[in-house]
Amino acid sequence: MAQTYRSQLVDPLIDNNPITLQVLGICSALAVTSSMQVALVMAIAVTLVTGFSSMFISVLRNQIPGSIRIIVQMVIIASLVILVDQVLKAYAYEISKTLSVFVGLIITNCIVMGRAEAFAMKNPPVASFVDGVGNGLGYGLLLMMVSVVRELFGSGSLFGVTVFQTVNNGGWYVPNGLLLLPPSAFFVIGLIIWAFRTWKPEQVEEREYKIQSVEAH
Amino acid sequence: MSDQTQQDRPKGPIGRFLAAPPDSVGKTVVVAVTLCLVASMVVSAAAVALRPVQAENQLRDKRVNILQVAGVYDETTPVNEAFANFEPHVLDLSTGDFTDQFEIDTFDQLAAKGDPAIVRALDEDPAGLGGQMDAFRMVYLLRDDAGEIDKVILPIEGYGLWSTLYGFIALEENGNDIFGLQFYQHGETPGLGAEVDNPRWKALWNGKKLFTEDGTLAIRVAKTVPPQGQEYYVDALAGATLTSAGVDNLVRFWMGETGYGAFLERLKAGEVD
Repeated sequence: MAQTYRSQLVDPLIDNNPITLQVLGICSALAVTSSMQVALVMAIAVTLVTGFSSMFISVLRNQIPGSIRIIVQMVIIASLVILVDQVLKAYAYEISKTLSVFVGLIITNCIVMGRAEAFAMKNPPVASFVDGVGNGLGYGLLLMMVSVVRELFGSGSLFGVTVFQTVNNGGWYVPNGLLLLPPSAFFVIGLIIWAFRTWKPEQVEEREYKIQSVEAH
Repeated sequence: MSDQTQQDRPKGPIGRFLAAPPDSVGKTVVVAVTLCLVASMVVSAAAVALRPVQAENQLRDKRVNILQVAGVYDETTPVNEAFANFEPHVLDLSTGDFTDQFEIDTFDQLAAKGDPAIVRALDEDPAGLGGQMDAFRMVYLLRDDAGEIDKVILPIEGYGLWSTLYGFIALEENGNDIFGLQFYQHGETPGLGAEVDNPRWKALWNGKKLFTEDGTLAIRVAKTVPPQGQEYYVDALAGATLTSAGVDNLVRFWMGETGYGAFLERLKAGEVD
């Protein structure tokens, strides 16, 4: 293997982050980042699902017929997601109430499918597991970054603990309601991508077109 | 690829099958069927094994909400112990009387299934209940030490902006004074409509009155509170016009004639015991 397990785990955090570089999994990143607690549970759930789905798909990769491979991957991913959902409902009822449909929507998270198709179908199980976990963590890291901003300025708290006393509760801080709504995550993610690419210019994509100068006649 | 195991000569039917090229029709069918069977077994096993714990959680959550709305929730007391003080009854909404037509223990399951014996159609549906409502509901009585009714806890629900809000309203024994109101399940906008969970807003309900002296339903959730009759008005949530309107509709619906009206009449007359 060209990649060590360590680099597989660390690369997706910053250098090859599924959200900032590959721009995958944006949908759920919008939905679950209005509070840190929910974002953390979502990050853990996605990490587990990507890790184990990659592992199982990798175990079966030599047996999966090419014509139905996407469906096979979906079945494996969906089963794992249902498992996670059931376990959350049983042992973290409060959180599963807040996450509601978003756990189910992990099935449609492009990162899970992306890793299954791009990595797990071609690599051995352990490497696939580490790759899945790494990408899940990269996704989780970004969720946490976005949710810090959104929860702190949107509700004046972090992990539900009040930092800025809001006006509604008799304090001084007028919360920015926009940050509680999904579109604000676009702005925050956009700013983070900008920051990442300024810090690491090699992440900037090449233009697909070039404006040509035309000589004036 | 180092992981290609040494499959020099496949042994047995399984070995031969595994060695077959994955793209053959037979293999495609077998892989698909096997995978579906295995996946469905895993999923159903998990669902069946975890159901008791999940049901326990749901029940506990509901009971905590009933305790909270009645103002007797205390984190140190076990929920089920505190809940034992509540007296569940199945209420026939049309007569306003308790009925023993249904078993208390199984009533919730029937109601959750929307059993035709319980549900009835609605002509007018201001609370957005999907054109039908329960004709029978489980209500809870909390008695004081002397055995007199202290509070009545009634389940209420209705549509807000995005979602149906499910909750409880706690009334004093006179059937007119509100003790508290609380939603235990909703999907309203965080920070705006979801402020229905804000303790400060919930506290506004305490001490409000449902009916005027002559028995007209007067409770409102409104943006502007008139100088007279403040005891009938709850200040609407800022920035959540539609959620507030939804709460207004649902409270007025359930406290009205089609809802608990008949029961509240009997409560006011002191006929409920």
